[in-house]
This record gives sequence, C-alpha cells and structure tokens, in this order.
Amino acid sequence: MDTFSLLAQGFAVALTPTTLALAIAGCIIGTIVGALPGLGPSNGVAILIPLAFSLGLDATEALILMTSVYYGAMYGGRISSILLNIPGDEPALMTTLDGYPMAKAGRASDALVLSGFASFVGAMLATIGLMMLAPILAKVAYLFGPAEYFGLYLLAFSTLGGIASDNQRKAALAACIGLGIAMIGLDNSTGMGRFTGGNLHLLDGVDFLVAIVGLFAVSEVFVFIESHGKSSAIGVKLESITIPIKDIGRTFGTMLRSSFIGFIAGILPGAGASLGSFLAYVAEKAYVRDNSRFGTGDARGIAAPEAGNNAAAGGALVPMLTLGVPGSGTTAVLLALLMTLNITPGPLLFTERPDVVWGLIAALLIANVVLLILNVPMVRIFVKVLSVPPWILLPGVCMVSFVGIYSLSGSYFDLVLMILFGLLGYFLRKLNVPTVPIILGILLGNNMEDSLRRAMVISGGDWKYLFQSGISIGFWIAAVTGFLAPVFLRKIIKKPQAHVDTTPPEST
Amino acid sequence: MKQTHLTKLVAASVLALGITAGVSTSTQAAECIAPANPGGGWDFTCRSIGKIMFDIKAVDAPIQVTNMAGGGGGLAYTHVVSERADDEELIVAASSATATRLAQNAYGGMTSDQVRFLGAIGADPGVIVVAKDSPFQSLNDLLDAVKADPSKVAFAGGSAVGGFDHLKVLMALGRAGFEDITKVKYIGVDGGADAITQTIGGFTQAMTGDISEVVGFLKSGDVRILAAFTEERLPGEFGDIPTAKEQGIDVVAVNWRGLYVPKDISDEAYDKWSDALAKVAASDEWAEQMTANGLAPFTKVGGDFQGYVDGVISEIETLSKEIGVIQ
Repeated sequence: MDTFSLLAQGFAVALTPTTLALAIAGCIIGTIVGALPGLGPSNGVAILIPLAFSLGLDATEALILMTSVYYGAMYGGRISSILLNIPGDEPALMTTLDGYPMAKAGRASDALVLSGFASFVGAMLATIGLMMLAPILAKVAYLFGPAEYFGLYLLAFSTLGGIASDNQRKAALAACIGLGIAMIGLDNSTGMGRFTGGNLHLLDGVDFLVAIVGLFAVSEVFVFIESHGKSSAIGVKLESITIPIKDIGRTFGTMLRSSFIGFIAGILPGAGASLGSFLAYVAEKAYVRDNSRFGTGDARGIAAPEAGNNAAAGGALVPMLTLGVPGSGTTAVLLALLMTLNITPGPLLFTERPDVVWGLIAALLIANVVLLILNVPMVRIFVKVLSVPPWILLPGVCMVSFVGIYSLSGSYFDLVLMILFGLLGYFLRKLNVPTVPIILGILLGNNMEDSLRRAMVISGGDWKYLFQSGISIGFWIAAVTGFLAPVFLRKIIKKPQAHVDTTPPEST
Repeated sequence: MKQTHLTKLVAASVLALGITAGVSTSTQAAECIAPANPGGGWDFTCRSIGKIMFDIKAVDAPIQVTNMAGGGGGLAYTHVVSERADDEELIVAASSATATRLAQNAYGGMTSDQVRFLGAIGADPGVIVVAKDSPFQSLNDLLDAVKADPSKVAFAGGSAVGGFDHLKVLMALGRAGFEDITKVKYIGVDGGADAITQTIGGFTQAMTGDISEVVGFLKSGDVRILAAFTEERLPGEFGDIPTAKEQGIDVVAVNWRGLYVPKDISDEAYDKWSDALAKVAASDEWAEQMTANGLAPFTKVGGDFQGYVDGVISEIETLSKEIGVIQ
C-alpha cells in the first residue's frame, strides 16, 4: 500500500475550505478548552458532540473538528499548568512540576514557547507514527493480557512516590486514598455495587473529572479565600515572547525520547496521555545525568511531559482507529462519536474507509502546524484569558468548573461531590500531602484491580500467572526498581521540593 | 482590557450552558429519554426512532432527546417512576440491559412492573466468537470442552459478571446439560472490541457479545463466529452463520432495542405510542438504519412485548441467583 498516495488523497479531503476552517476552529476551541482548568479534552469533546450534529457535519468533517479540539486541548493544557500551577487538563499535570517554577523565576514566556515547541514535536512525530505504523502497531494490543496490564499499572503506581512529593510515605498514602475512591461504584468482576450506600449516583463510581476539578480548581479557590485576596496564586508575569533557542536546542534530544515513550504509552489501550506525560517525565529524569534541577524549573522537565502527552494523544488514536479500543478517556468519547456516525472502527477501517482515515491524518498534520502558530507567536491571546486578576479569574474558573461538570452529567450530585473534593484538596494541601497520586489512583485504580482479578479468573487463582510473559516480568522488575530507587537516591542527593502542592499563599 | 477577557470567559460559559440547555430542556413536544451519554445504543434508539417517527408523520412534532446518564439507566428509571409516572408525552429508550438490571435488582429496589414496556423494533443478535486459529469448530465443540474441564476455557465479554454477555454463555451451557455454572470462567472487560482483542491474543478462548461488536474483526478474518443466538439465520451477508438452535442449543438471546413508557398513562396514549412505533418498524428508513447498525429485524410491540420482557426477566433472575449475583 502506497502511504504517500493515500496521504495525498487525504490532503485533498483536508484542504477543502470547509474542513480547513473546521480544523482551525477546532484548534482554537481546543486550546481554550485545554487552557481553562477543569475543562479537559474529554469534556471539551463531549460538550461539542451535540454541536457537531446540529451543524449537520458529515463523518469526516465531524471527526476532523473533534480531533482538532482534542489535539488543541493537549497544547492548551500546558498554559494554565505553567501560569497558574493548575493543570488545564489531566495530562498536563506533569508540566506543573517544572513549568510553574520556571514561570515563577520570571521565565514564563520561555516556558510557554519551549513547551509549545515540545508539544509540536511530540504531536508531529506521533501523527507520522500513526500514519506509518498504525496497521502494524495495532497488533501490539494482542500481546497485552490481564497480567501484562497489571504489571503496567503496578509500574505506574510504584513510581508515583518518586515524582509527586519529596515524601514517599505521603505519596503512598495519597495513592491509597485514590485507590480507595476508585473502589466506589460497580465492581466490574461481579457486577455488584460497592461503597455506594445504595446511592444510584455512586453506582457509576466517582468520575475522575469531578475529582480533578475539585482537587485542583475548587481547592485553589478555597486557598484563595483563606488568603483574603492578599496574595495571588497567579503570581506570574508574562514578559515579551522570545524564542529560547538555547533551551530548545538543549532539550531536542529530550523531546525525541519523550515523544517515543509517549507514543508507546498512548498506543496501550487504557493508558492514555496522562501515563504518557508521566512516563516521559520520569524516564527523562532517570536518563539525564544531572537531574538535581528537576522540579525547580528545568527546561527538560517542561519539554519531556509536553512532548510525551502530545505524542500519547496521537498514539491513543492508533488502537481507537484500528481496534476500536480507546487508548484514553478522550478517545473513548471520540469512539462514541465514530459509532454514532456509523463508522465502525476496527482492523478494516483503513481499507474500507480510507477517505475518513487519511483525511483525518492529513487534517491532524495541518492542525499541528496551525496549533504551533497559535501557541507560540500568538500564545498571548490565550494567556490573556488567564491573565485576569485572581478575584475575577477564580470565580470564573469556579463557574466554568461548575458548568463543565454539570454539562457532562447533568447532575447536581456531581457538583456537591466536586465541592467535597475541593475541601479534601484544601486540607491535604495544608498537610502537605500531594494530590497527584489521588488522581492517578482514581484514574487507574479500577483498571488495575480489574486486570488483577481477570488474571486470577483466567488462571484459577494461580498468582504465578502474573509472571508468565517476558513483558509482564519486565514491568515487575521496572516497578520494583522504580519504587526502591528514590529511597536510596534520596540519601545521596537531596531531592528538590516538588511544586505541585507547595504554593501556600502564606509563603508568597 | 480586563473587562473584555471577563466577557470572553462569560461568553464561553454561557455558550457551554446554552449547549447543555439546548439538549436538556423540554418544550411541549414529546420527549425521549436516553438513559446514557450521547453515542451509545440508548442514545441511538432515541435519536433514530424519534427522528423517523416525525419524518414519517407518526407524531405531529419533533421528538426532543434528553440524555440522562447514571446508574446504568437506573437514574432515568427512578426519575420516570417517581416524577413522571403519568407523563403521556414521554418515551424512554431500553434494551436487554434494562431487563437484566431490573432482574438483578440493580435499580435500587425498582421493579419491572413500575413502567410499561412499549416494544422492541430491532435487535443486535448475540454471538459466540473464537479466534481464527481456535481448535473449536462448532458451538458444541466449545461447550463440550467446558463440560470436560471448565478451568480450561475462559470467556471474555463486554459486560460485567452477571451481565447479559455472561448470561448468554450460561444459558447455552444450561441447555447443553452443564449444571455447575459457577465454575464457568468469565471476565468482563471494557467493551466488545476489548473482549475480542483478548480472545485473538489467546488470553481467553472465546468471546461472547453482539454481532455489531464483531463485524469488523469477522470481515478481516481474525475471528470465526461459532453461533448466533437467533430464532432463524441472519439475513444477507451473515447467512452462513449457524444459529445455536440448529446446533441443538435452544437459546435465543438478542440485545433488543426498544422503549418503555410511564406506568400511569392512559391506554389511548399507550396505543398511540405503540402504533407510532409499529409504523417506524415497518418504514424503509428504519430498515436502512438497521442495516447500517448491524441490527436484525426483531419486532414485538405492545402487550406481546410486555410478556416477552417478563419471561426474559424471570429467566435472568433464576440464573443470577444460581451464580450468586443476587440473593
């Protein structure tokens, strides 16, 4: 099959005025959606689905609009991570670790340009990867059974302690809180409700978007109220936009490595962009010789997660298109869109509907260039949305959070839950317990539990089943190493303070 | 300048609100509640049946679709029973999953007699699928293997343990004379495609699901369908798939797409809706929708359908007690 002639056909589809306009509109909407805390890519796309139908878009057009929003949100998420220390969406979590300290050090524009460029590299490489490898890479999913998935999630959890906090016990505690919350709702292995107290709202479990918005956005508002507006959580000034060529040059290797890791993480069904940015950051930190500045505004600490999460966003499209297995929360929403449009994703999509697939790929390439322009020279436009004073922005954030969550579920119950999470986040901040592991616990806890229990059902309760493939053994070794290494390393190097939860207003 | 940013923010929120409101407000027009988020089967039922009803003039005004996700349909069910019990301008999407959950008391004490089932006008036939290189050539090969040693055969499906995909396997095994159904290995994964992936990957030996979930993999040659759980062979391109019935396993298990209405509406209103639904079932537009979405004809409207649902619910109840999903 000639990839390039198919791609040329794709560009013919993507370069019609309508689709081009839709791609640009999608990029702008996506960047704003990504930048506004609480409005992540999955709610952004979910909110826009009814709009796409009412506009009467055909399958290719609707898909192009939605994936442009999806890619745009991946770019936009970093803006509030860097300027506000609130991740604009959940994959941008890791960008707060170095992005915010760098911005606080007076280099906000450098951080934005650098991360924008890293996003471009990640997304571009992933789109090319999707184009070249999708039909082949689709088979990777066949190698992952329950035992392999369990190993993968175990790796994610056991390395949590090293990144989110300087105190592994507090990080482990937070992960356990997250895992505990994840247990609420329908138990997939028995079909019974757990810890729901007979409440139907809880039967579907706690939506991680509710938890994220509560723990990050709402608790931010509480912290702000406590400080009586004396100080601002947004103590970052944006100077004129220049291109930090030195940093870009210095981090180019980082971007390439992180794109690769992110892309692979994206392909694994269920792992998604959050794991991509997380693994990219951890791997980069482990790879470079001098990692003492990580967590204090290291350029590589910004480039790695951004290249990683954008590459994962592209990677997540691979299993979604080729197997119909979504690689992330947002691709799950996109999958729902595809099904509604009468397109059945699966091994045959590439041969049966080449117009859709290649039109989409061409549109993604175009969207990426548009996004680079929007997010580097024109990033001020989006920053201005965020550079209003906190006494306007935080109520605004609060309002968008409420609207965003309500529009997803249409349930006041989730709003109450969100406020409760806000209170929880506020007290945990006071106790200096990191909230990132809680989110990851809620996000991955069910998948991890399901994988383990499926493995046990298949093997008839034989735990040796977990170590029967090279892939799973590899994950176990990496997990044990990842958990123990920081404990020993901490004695040798003083670990820098992570910035995720350490912006008490008293100290600024 | 700052004012304008605020305006933008407000505008964005208002836009978001507007979109939401646009979906969920109801006017005088009749309303169809899809008890799930946009994109799923219930949403499809409301949108396509609602649209066709208006297009073929079976109703006077367009039908407004409301999405009310939560509790696997339980939230909408409770809402209809407790707040809309006499609303004559309301229809609600339902499927086999609704019946399964009612049978297993998953709707917080609600029972099936608290609404009136209106009808089903299409169904996604249940199938049993194996990987292309599987040693099992027929449904009986597979069932015999389970009978010989249940620990050697694991099934994957897109619904939770005790869900409809699981129950289909248990019904088939029950008909084949296998009593010890708690020994059957079943893992519930996230959707049919995931279940197929596990089966092709060799982690499970067979997949149980609906035909629409397997079509892509069937055409690419990665899987074989051992049996379809329908009365008769499927029409068209699926005509060479043997039914379970003709292999001596008398199980009909389809994921029907249908509607229910509130309990306390007048018989005239009930008849009006069942007439409208019957007209949709007979329309060319619906035939097209069924073909496009892999649905097989399955028309049961009115009292006939209520009886069918009651039968299904009592069988599921019995099975669920045996496997311990309910007391």
